[in-house]
Amino acid sequence: MPVLDLMSGFIVELRNAGLPVSLTENLDAMEAVKVIPIEDREAFKYALGATLVKNNAHWRVFETIFEIYFSLRGPEYAITQDGQPDDFWREMQEQMARGQGEGQGAGGGMDSLTPEEIMSMLMRALMSGDQAMMRALARQSVQRFAGMEPGRPVGGTYYLYRTLRNLDLDNMLAKLMDANREMSKQDLTALEERLEKDEFESRIEQFKQEVESEIRRRLVADRGAEAMAKTLRKPLPEDVEFMHASRDEMQSLKKALYPLTRKLAARLARKRRHGRKGPLDFRNTVRHSLSYGGVPAEPKFRYPRPAKPELMVVADISGSVAAFARFTLMFVYAIQNQFSKVRSFVFIDGIDEVTQYFKATEDIGEAINRVNTEADVVWVDGHSDYGHAFEVFWERYGKDISSKTTVLLLGDARNNYHAAQSWVVKEISKRARHVYWLNPEPKSYWNTGDSIVGEYGAFTDGVFECRNLRQLEGFVENLT
Amino acid sequence: MRVKPRFNDVATVRAGLKKVNYLADDGIAGVVFLADRLGKPVLIEGPAGTGKTQLAKSVAELTGARLIRLQCYEGLDESKALYEWNYKKQLLRIQADKNSDSWSEIHDDIFSEEFLLTRPLLEAITSEDPVVLLIDEVDRVELETEALLLEILSEYQVSIPELGTITAKQIPLVFLTSNNTRELSEALKRRCLYLHVDYPDLEREKEIVLNKVPDISQNLADQIARIVRSIRQLDLKKPPSVSETLDWARTLMLLGIETIDAEEAKETLHILLKYQTDIAKAAKELSVTK
Repeated sequence: MPVLDLMSGFIVELRNAGLPVSLTENLDAMEAVKVIPIEDREAFKYALGATLVKNNAHWRVFETIFEIYFSLRGPEYAITQDGQPDDFWREMQEQMARGQGEGQGAGGGMDSLTPEEIMSMLMRALMSGDQAMMRALARQSVQRFAGMEPGRPVGGTYYLYRTLRNLDLDNMLAKLMDANREMSKQDLTALEERLEKDEFESRIEQFKQEVESEIRRRLVADRGAEAMAKTLRKPLPEDVEFMHASRDEMQSLKKALYPLTRKLAARLARKRRHGRKGPLDFRNTVRHSLSYGGVPAEPKFRYPRPAKPELMVVADISGSVAAFARFTLMFVYAIQNQFSKVRSFVFIDGIDEVTQYFKATEDIGEAINRVNTEADVVWVDGHSDYGHAFEVFWERYGKDISSKTTVLLLGDARNNYHAAQSWVVKEISKRARHVYWLNPEPKSYWNTGDSIVGEYGAFTDGVFECRNLRQLEGFVENLT
Repeated sequence: MRVKPRFNDVATVRAGLKKVNYLADDGIAGVVFLADRLGKPVLIEGPAGTGKTQLAKSVAELTGARLIRLQCYEGLDESKALYEWNYKKQLLRIQADKNSDSWSEIHDDIFSEEFLLTRPLLEAITSEDPVVLLIDEVDRVELETEALLLEILSEYQVSIPELGTITAKQIPLVFLTSNNTRELSEALKRRCLYLHVDYPDLEREKEIVLNKVPDISQNLADQIARIVRSIRQLDLKKPPSVSETLDWARTLMLLGIETIDAEEAKETLHILLKYQTDIAKAAKELSVTK
């Protein structure tokens, strides 16, 4: 396939994945491809990245798609046929043989190696950090252990699992550490040992990635780039749904959260300072007119200084929405200098204030852990009961709500058919400046089954769908 | 306006940057090369202290160009970034010729280049000798001010109502840096090549230390790079930057330490980390026995 066709398919896929690639950027990429040869794959990748990806959070998605579309280009990236070793591998074998004398496995080709031998070779490669060897072994083990069947529409996770299980990679770290301890003459200090461990971990991680990309290349060769791209398509970090995030996605969400909050805080602060001009400041104008001989040449205006809102966050932390509540709490606390006062409450069927957990430590992760373990939120059976929780909230903290307070209610309003007690929300909204409800469920699920978000929502200033970071960010921005 | 490319290929850029003591990785060298070939500005983003500004400086040094720097801040405006009329001089001109010249002549005269004060952006494109333009921390200006940059970034020209359009005599290399405190506008991003400079990997960091700290031993540099990598993997408020790594290396040199043990590492952590909670966390991590 000519490069141009490949490129257009590639860019269509980037757009499908949600990256905003404009026409000019597309043209720039074409221009870049002219001056960077496709054979230099790293440079080629960075050239495309520099012209097409303008947000670092999108880099991983870009990388995956790049690999799918361009991994089969260039001679050294061709797939080896089963049974015939590629040149590279043969070379490695010879090097090995030369290095160790004719002792083991020499001349036989890698097919005659037993799995144990492959494993011990892998261990040696990991010990010495031999990159080329690791790559060769990754290829070899995929060919042997993955048991790939042509034509199956899968993403390769299963093959990865099979390959890694056969190599017993889980215990590899411990083994490497043991071997390392034996090898070194004197005892390692704790610090050195820790550094060694980090080093091995990163090498193992690297090997895993080699295996993964090898599997992917084989799948692409089997099924074509487009089909593969479709199978592997993943949402961008800001579009990942809180409720259905996998562990990996959770991690990347967490990483995306911090820069996002910083950005948002900066933007909010700026918005506060640079509001519209207020009415004429007479006093100030007269004061400045003195330097013009009494002519008010430079009118001065009052800048509005809107008060920072007080915030009360009431979050459902029952199992079904825990991930969502966690994120929202982290988010609120990360930008809390934008609010004059933030108080937070969590509930399942009982309710408890958790503000002090956040005050006590600077580490948000730790605070959330304490919330989840120490807060007293179970009243009867530990199933959500919004009605009871709200009632208690009103009883205990209702008097603290003032006309400056904005109340945020977080949850899916799945009340397990308990009494709704929606009068509480009505009373709250009478007192507070605003009451908003954030619901992590897709809109189409609202008011189905035991969800009674409509009943509560009627008394609030708005119910918002809040399924991903993008929506959460948009909401907070409108809040101040 | 085609100009002779400054670099032959990516490898040349990389080698050249190394000569001026900047260790680039593939991505950095590739984007610099591309910026030259395509004649496009480069927008550099990344955590603080990873050498974003230094890259522009080093490229200037490498190409033998003059570095023109525009430091952005909130409230930056046209008269500080682009150009300004020299009012005082204009006033003098009018008063000096009070009797002789006709009105229209003076009028034309006082809006000529003689009375123009060039600010960094205009200076960069009117310069005869090669320049590298560095627009530092562009995320600090307001969204509206960004628009000031658009014309110069895409066309390399500045339009002055009284004078007409001034076009660049040569295309300068332009670098914009951003600390990512806000999302830059699409219009700006579209006109630039994007480069994300992250913390360097182990090998590169070690080389940077070896390069920038005189007389440091291989062994110590290696150890420093590895400890810093381990610390960066922790969940910290502010992971140590490259400049902090270098500070730490220099400190250890001053203290005459050859190999770091856990105790010494803990005592000097405050050079790497700037938050008390981070320091406590790292100290705990480093002294764990397993």
